[in-house]
Amino acid sequence: MMIINLMGLAIIALIVWWFWLYTADNTMVINNDVTIEVKDGVYSPSAIQVNANQPVTLKFLRKDQTPCSETLLIPTLNISEQLKLNKVTQIHLPDIPPGEHAFHCQMQMYRGVLKVVQG
Amino acid sequence: MTQFNADVFSEKSCCCQSKKKSSECEKKESTMSAAVTEQQLVIEGAGCASCVGKIEAALKQTPGVQSAEMNFADRTVLISGTADAQSLVKAVESVGYNAKPLEDSPDTDALDEKEAADWAYYKKLMRDTFIALSLGVPLMIYSIVVGEMTVETNTERLSWFVVGLLTLGVMFFSGRHFYIGAWKSFKNHSANMDTLIALGTGTAWFYSMLVVFVPDTVPLMARHVYFEATAMIIGLIDLGLALELKARGKTSEAIKRLIGLQAKTATVIRDDKEVQIAIEQVLLNDVIKVRPGEKIPVDGVVIEGHTSIDESMLTGEPMPVEKMLEDEVVAGTLNKSGMILFKATRVGKDTALAQIISMVKRAQNSKPPIGRLADVISAYFVPVVMIVSVLSALAWLNFGPEPALAFAIVSATTVLIIACPCALGLATPMSVMVGVGKAAEAGVLIRNGEALQTASKITAMILDKTGTITEGTPKVTDIILVNASDEKTVLQLAASLESGSEHPLAMAIVESALEQDIELLKIEVFNAITGMGVEARCDGKALLFGNSKLMAKKQVDLGKYTDKAQALAKEAKTPMYFAVDGQLAAIIAVADPIKSDSISAIKRLQANGIRVIMLTGDNKETAAAVANKAGISEFFAEVLPEDKANKVQELQDQMEIVGMTGDGINDAPALALADVGFAIGTGTDVAIESADITLMRGSLHGLADAIVVSKATLRNIKQNLFGAFVYNVAGIPFAAGVLYPFFGLLLSPVIAGAAMAFSSLTVVSNANRLRLFKAQEH
Repeated sequence: MMIINLMGLAIIALIVWWFWLYTADNTMVINNDVTIEVKDGVYSPSAIQVNANQPVTLKFLRKDQTPCSETLLIPTLNISEQLKLNKVTQIHLPDIPPGEHAFHCQMQMYRGVLKVVQG
Repeated sequence: MTQFNADVFSEKSCCCQSKKKSSECEKKESTMSAAVTEQQLVIEGAGCASCVGKIEAALKQTPGVQSAEMNFADRTVLISGTADAQSLVKAVESVGYNAKPLEDSPDTDALDEKEAADWAYYKKLMRDTFIALSLGVPLMIYSIVVGEMTVETNTERLSWFVVGLLTLGVMFFSGRHFYIGAWKSFKNHSANMDTLIALGTGTAWFYSMLVVFVPDTVPLMARHVYFEATAMIIGLIDLGLALELKARGKTSEAIKRLIGLQAKTATVIRDDKEVQIAIEQVLLNDVIKVRPGEKIPVDGVVIEGHTSIDESMLTGEPMPVEKMLEDEVVAGTLNKSGMILFKATRVGKDTALAQIISMVKRAQNSKPPIGRLADVISAYFVPVVMIVSVLSALAWLNFGPEPALAFAIVSATTVLIIACPCALGLATPMSVMVGVGKAAEAGVLIRNGEALQTASKITAMILDKTGTITEGTPKVTDIILVNASDEKTVLQLAASLESGSEHPLAMAIVESALEQDIELLKIEVFNAITGMGVEARCDGKALLFGNSKLMAKKQVDLGKYTDKAQALAKEAKTPMYFAVDGQLAAIIAVADPIKSDSISAIKRLQANGIRVIMLTGDNKETAAAVANKAGISEFFAEVLPEDKANKVQELQDQMEIVGMTGDGINDAPALALADVGFAIGTGTDVAIESADITLMRGSLHGLADAIVVSKATLRNIKQNLFGAFVYNVAGIPFAAGVLYPFFGLLLSPVIAGAAMAFSSLTVVSNANRLRLFKAQEH
């Protein structure tokens, strides 16, 4: 039982590390625009870095039929958009304040982050 | 309008064979760096067929353009190539025309596409449900009728192996989307509902296959298979998703109705001919013909004819509105009687209807603060449930009765399956979507979820008198001569003096003079004294017109006439003093009638427990008379425009949650300071961006509707959040088996699957109940 209990605790530690503590270095640095695919529960890419004080266009290409994927929210920028299925929905951001701006679906199952850094 | 063209790659190979690149080759190569697309521009100012050649030539010379073909009939040009829209517009402008990119398919088409896509997805989910339940239901019946699904003999092993393969087929055909979603989320270090379903059904299937393949690794009593659970869970959750999709469709009925108001085509007069064109091709200043029974396609001003127009779909106002020369018409409204020609003043996304749709959509997707806790929980929910699932399995393995392993597998699976982050996530947005839509149907535009929530908590409402409680179109009722010879001269001088002012009372004086064909005189040295009146010189005379404060300031003796003024004020009239060369010449009284439905609307507000306060620049007597007539016991009189905000602050200092209702122009600071600012206006000149909530019609019932809808929506959100929290807080421990030691009860994963599938459906259905809510009670 000891081994089983230790394995159970190891799984819990793994869950905590994988979902909360791990800081993935998968940020995509972009200049002016990026196409973000919305499919199978994830935004690809989900972490995007841009320089502050430059216009940026986020092009969301929704390929997922589930209603969850339909709405995109960027609360810090007061943006909410309906993403059209199999079409690109462009979101123009003329001037974004520095910082991290999370974007997600209504239920926060799809999640991404826009990191705006001083150039 | 974007099409990718594969031919471009063959051009590249041809071009780069040459050692020395020609400029043409360079141009082609630059073309290849981006995908070839087709774009359409709408051209303005092309009046003759010869323009076509000029425009096409200018476009063809633009780098990146492969072809440009103009359709003169509908003034559009189709361009193929890699040039961006901006350079194409510049090219057209360089030869003297204006151009704009043809907008994407209008909302109506987008809506049709969405409905078609939703219907296709619904059919797919129902097909998936059918496949999964075709296996799951017979297995369930078998388990109930025959008993436990154990693996003891080789024949049973073989039979269950076949069933295991069939279940794998169900997982592949009907549940593939869960596993793909879970895997992609996992790689992305995130977890969602797919993760829970994939883990739950996957655990049940893998355990069952382990029992089938290597039964000896599992204690004898724990040699059960759970294929029926896997198939049933997938089937039930697919069914839940399908029903939820249907229910969600109903939540957006209001926006569909608004979008449905848009006309698809317009009859435009071009080159003296009527041309039927798509609405997105209508240009500014186009002359548009609308026959009786047709919808107004874009916003504009009537230039010929007269008619009555039904604007109820936008304003909620049931009576048709008469439209004459120079009157504004609004897209989406219905021409009832006459034929009119009007000039387009706002087209495409600039029309009031398009802006309303855009605002309602934005508001429907925004979240009130009440939903933030659910958001925070949603963000951590799935990994927490996974941890609870592991802990539950460990608890059963350590302390559970035999077969402990089977109990552990069942409880871990059930915990994963019963947890429903969707119900939490949907609780707020679904209600907001229906509530904001319901408000829009009543002519109430709510800017965002926060405004909706605050409006539901308003305890004090300040109403600006002029234009809000009253009609806002005062009329001259009395002229009492003091040191003047005749009314006509007094009115001529007073109207001349007030002709430079935009104050409603001043406009009443001017209107009255014009009605009597009195010629206005030239005014010199005009000076408006805020909150008091105006002064000027006219025909060599020093004129003063305003309230008693102005007269006192300019040392004009009012004598016994203050009593007469007070008597007029008690009749809800606004008396104003008119002085010439420092001597009182006359008292002119103006009255602004209370709107016919203001009294009943104010009663509705008061019935909702709201303290209603009137605010006016009028003197105390007039204010008291109007307030009394309107059924209001509290009022602020003689308030200067800049003091309106202070009154809002005063009430806030008394711990009131203050709503301020005004016309959105001179009330702007007070509207901004109030907890919720309500702009009151008509559908055409509504100050959409200036307030938290905009009332599309002039009636105060819109205000009462806004309060009632916001209260109902918040109540609905609370019900949803309570249900979702209780469901998860009670369901997860129940699934983990906390009741087993006391009552011997352990939940089946199949029941958990059904509960999860229908918990989100319950939330959406409860939100849909709001559709039946009646906001307008008048």
